[in-house]
Amino acid sequence: MPEEIKKILVLFAHPSQERSEVNKLLFKASQEHSDVTTIDLYREYPTFHINIDREQQRLLDHDVIIFLFPLHWYSTPAILKQWQDLVLEYGFAYGAGGTALKGKTFFCATTAGGNEKAYQDDGYNHFTIRELLCPIEQTANLTGMHYLAPFVLFSSRNANEEGRIPGHIDTFNTLLTSLAANTLDLSHAASLPVLNQAFTQETQETH
Amino acid sequence: MTAYFIQAFIYLCAAVIAVPLAKRLGLGSVLGYLIAGVVIGPIVGLVGSETNTLQHFAEFGVVMMLFLVGLELEPRMLWDMRNKLMGLGGLQVGVTTAVIMAVGIYFGLGWSVAFTVGLIFALSSTAIVLQTFSEKNLSKTEGGKNAFSVLLFQDIAVIPMLALIPLLALPELVEKAQALVGQAAEHHEELSLVAGLPGWAYGITVLLAIAAVVVGGHYLSRPLFRYVASSGLREIFTATALMLVIGIAALMSLVGLSPALGTFLAGVVLANSEFRHELESNIEPFKGLLLGLFFITVGAGIDFGVLASNVGPVLGITAGVMLIKAAVLFLLAMIFRIKNSDRWLFALSLAQAGEFGFVLLSYTVQNHVIPAELAQMLSLVVALSMFLTPGLFILFDKVILPRYEVNENKPEADEITEKGAVIIAGVGRFGQMVNRFLVANKIKTVVLDQSVDQVANLRKINVKSFYGDATQPDLLHTAGIEDASMLVIAIDNNERAVELTKYIKHTYPKVMIFARAFDRGHHFELKHAGADFIVSETYHSALELGKEALIALGVHPFKAEQKKATLRELELCYKDSLYEMWKKNSEDSKYSTHFRELFIELETAIAKAMKSEHLDEQARVERGWTPPPKDYEKRMNKNEE
Repeated sequence: MPEEIKKILVLFAHPSQERSEVNKLLFKASQEHSDVTTIDLYREYPTFHINIDREQQRLLDHDVIIFLFPLHWYSTPAILKQWQDLVLEYGFAYGAGGTALKGKTFFCATTAGGNEKAYQDDGYNHFTIRELLCPIEQTANLTGMHYLAPFVLFSSRNANEEGRIPGHIDTFNTLLTSLAANTLDLSHAASLPVLNQAFTQETQETH
Repeated sequence: MTAYFIQAFIYLCAAVIAVPLAKRLGLGSVLGYLIAGVVIGPIVGLVGSETNTLQHFAEFGVVMMLFLVGLELEPRMLWDMRNKLMGLGGLQVGVTTAVIMAVGIYFGLGWSVAFTVGLIFALSSTAIVLQTFSEKNLSKTEGGKNAFSVLLFQDIAVIPMLALIPLLALPELVEKAQALVGQAAEHHEELSLVAGLPGWAYGITVLLAIAAVVVGGHYLSRPLFRYVASSGLREIFTATALMLVIGIAALMSLVGLSPALGTFLAGVVLANSEFRHELESNIEPFKGLLLGLFFITVGAGIDFGVLASNVGPVLGITAGVMLIKAAVLFLLAMIFRIKNSDRWLFALSLAQAGEFGFVLLSYTVQNHVIPAELAQMLSLVVALSMFLTPGLFILFDKVILPRYEVNENKPEADEITEKGAVIIAGVGRFGQMVNRFLVANKIKTVVLDQSVDQVANLRKINVKSFYGDATQPDLLHTAGIEDASMLVIAIDNNERAVELTKYIKHTYPKVMIFARAFDRGHHFELKHAGADFIVSETYHSALELGKEALIALGVHPFKAEQKKATLRELELCYKDSLYEMWKKNSEDSKYSTHFRELFIELETAIAKAMKSEHLDEQARVERGWTPPPKDYEKRMNKNEE
């Protein structure tokens, strides 16, 4: 069977990129991949006036959709919500005839300030990150997309000082490559609490 | 009279032929002038007897050059450079002087003569080096910047030298001169205010003269320039600038000080003035021509008789001086951690003697410090070393640079951003806002305006601004258009804005042009001329007012904002096709179509475009945040079944 290259769309949302330590680098890394289309939403729509037609066409043109953003109050930055509100129209993404996104793969790549323990039942955030992103997961379900676990960097404010960023970027690159080559076990990736685990195990095995 | 015309024609003709030729051969304009002088002087013999008189006149070019150097030296910039200036420049002059003096004494010169020769040879040629740097784009390199601070120090050091040299007069030369003076007393008489004054009175007169320049420059120049500028006559401004320089030179001569010192001082005093760039661009051509004339007279004045009878010594001294200078500079570059090819650039570029050498040599002869015969020979050395300088630059280009380019990383990216100044032409209500916004974001701007009042007002609130006509290439040049990354055009004259755009795009294609258009037609003309970004001055404010009107009439503010954005988007969509239509129209019937008719045509086109898009657009505005149909769940369930 000839290998089919999957086309990936990264929708990047960061309102203060001059202060970004991780997301900006992940965005840059994704720009290096030839099969990845990268959109900086705040750059393209500084007035939030989103071009619905253009965005819908982009969705149609790609197989994998990634939201790349820093977690803001347990959700996406405002423009990604704006984007969802406007682009995922009735008749396009859901409802009668709304099948444009069916079968596509979708996940969130995000950074969280709190540590992993904080995002647990007994942690101070009380919910796991996957639980917090439930509205997005349900959006994916309703639009017929294949939802994968979120790809997360915890304790992101200290990641630079602790030297964890290069490794995280490496994993992200591996993730993008395997998504493009369609070698990722999607149902396994969907079942995990965080997508990172799909790779930490793998690397442990190879070591 | 006829003789003067013929002489002037010969000089100019030689320059016109030789200088472009020299530049084309990569030798630089200074060498062109020198060669022109050699050809018309000693070789062909067209000129000769008058070169001495002419040289005095042409030395005024040096006086003007110092005025311009002073103008460039804002006191604050001088302060920022103090370490390099004093350290690098001071050591260069000091060590070179000492070494050359030691060599001179070794060869049997008296200490005072050797010392003077050392001082003279410690100087390098500002004219050649700065000219070559800007021709070869080396000004912003590490070597270039350091070389500039050394040259600056040297230019300033000339002033104490001029004060010091008369003190070194040799008694036997003075006697000889006095004997001559006795023979032709009336010949030596010069206008002087200080002749025969006692020492204390002389001192006071000198101090008063300097104070007059500083205080006058600071307090009187501005009202004077404002008065002249408000007349709007460019030539009178030029006349004022010349009057100022000549006046100061005259005053200094009258009290027996160096005219160069006076004009330099005046330059520094005026460096902060809003008229600085206009002054510069007015004086610059005179300086250029007079300096050129000066170089020609130097070439013409080379005494081949002296050269022929002293070939060995002259060549030997030249080589020796250049070697010593280069070695001292190289050593200093090592101490001051100038690296790689920059070290070589620094050492080689400054290894010649300079034009001030000629001035100082004739000055030393006048003051009986150096015997005339020796001075004549040393003049040859200065000239020769200047002749050889372009060779050193070629050596640097062809031999030194390639050796470093392989393993040298490209210059740091920071340098480029530092260069990116924005020139704002016209600071009325529009340009001022642009400037405020850019300055608030730490962008370096240079502001030019033709209204004296406007510039004065801006100065009051500490905005760096200069008086002048921004459409004059000279003024743009002095404002630094070569190194600017952007020119904002916000002048009130529509035609000149278009002409300016064309000129800049043609001459400095790298400079981005952001222009303000008066109306749509002007907008298109600017675009046609090559402007990178154009905004019609009232466009956005009109849209804003329209939006507010909608709100006042009861439309929800958020919806009104949406409508505004839609209109803008529509304009953007149709901008290109409208422009194409305008271009076709103006090509078909360049002058027959009345502009008004054309404008009406454009408006109709837009109205049509708006109409045809209207429904879709309406739909798009409605499209955002549309809830699903009332019974959509029922339909969804049906789908699932």
